[in-house]
Amino acid sequence: MDSAATAPHLASHFEDLAKQTHAARLGMWVFIGSEALLFSALFALYAAYRAAYPAAFRAAAGHTDLTLGSLMTGVLLTSSYLVAMGLARVRASRPRGAAGFLAGAVLLGIAFLALKGMEYAEHFRAGIYPGVGYRSATLPGAGANIFFTLYYAMTGLHALHVLGGVVLLIWLAWRVRAGRLTAVYHTPLELGGLYWHFVDVIWVFLWPLFYLLR
Amino acid sequence: MHAPRIGARTYLRTWIALLVLAAATLGLSFLPLGAFHAPVALLIAATKAALIALFFMHLADERGSIPIAVGIWVLLLAVLVTLTAADVLTRGEMLRPPASGP
Repeated sequence: MDSAATAPHLASHFEDLAKQTHAARLGMWVFIGSEALLFSALFALYAAYRAAYPAAFRAAAGHTDLTLGSLMTGVLLTSSYLVAMGLARVRASRPRGAAGFLAGAVLLGIAFLALKGMEYAEHFRAGIYPGVGYRSATLPGAGANIFFTLYYAMTGLHALHVLGGVVLLIWLAWRVRAGRLTAVYHTPLELGGLYWHFVDVIWVFLWPLFYLLR
Repeated sequence: MHAPRIGARTYLRTWIALLVLAAATLGLSFLPLGAFHAPVALLIAATKAALIALFFMHLADERGSIPIAVGIWVLLLAVLVTLTAADVLTRGEMLRPPASGP
């Protein structure tokens, strides 16, 4: 690697850009591990309550919107693919194509949030609110109430992560478009991509637990 | 500078595999699998997560400290989930000791 090209991006305590980027990725993976721990505590809570109220959880999972949920799965998986392709285009020194892929991922992220909002509105109309606000006539009982409280907590926390990811991707797309991230230096895009894919992984588990296991 | 083996072609294959697995788990959710329902759905979800981690997140290209760190946190999360399950699934028996007991 040409040292003149990497010099502006290289901190003095790193030997070369490869080692610096590796350290940055390790840091990102450790951060993702702490995020995974946060979500795993909620998944463990879900498992515990599902063991306590198996029938109520199955009935309640039949009342989330399977069509919207499945659509959201397709949207997020595709957005991950677009982010990966954005990185490939930056590495191939094609910033316009890269910015296009990232803009596509941003649009899909916004579409995901819109679908999620539509589903929340659907639940609110049916009197399904979290916690003590729960008023469902079709699914009374403590088990369904706990299911939907976990549903709001887990999908809500996930949606906040999607929102953060969308803001991050807009910033990255703009930096790529402006030629600030190049084939030589694109660590922020690599790390932002790791975060976006992790948010995708969380949804991959939320989808069966709240929509499919009915 | 590490030369990444994973590129556009792998991303496309990964994306197609993810959509196929998503369609499979959606289809399976309509079948009467009974007790196998949850394990099958979670196994497919874990496979999708592994594909995303290995190829979209380039874990298959990483060497040294990153696979070690990721391996350890996956192991610790498995311990968390297993011990929680062991607790809640046996709690009923412990609260209702057999009639012949002390």
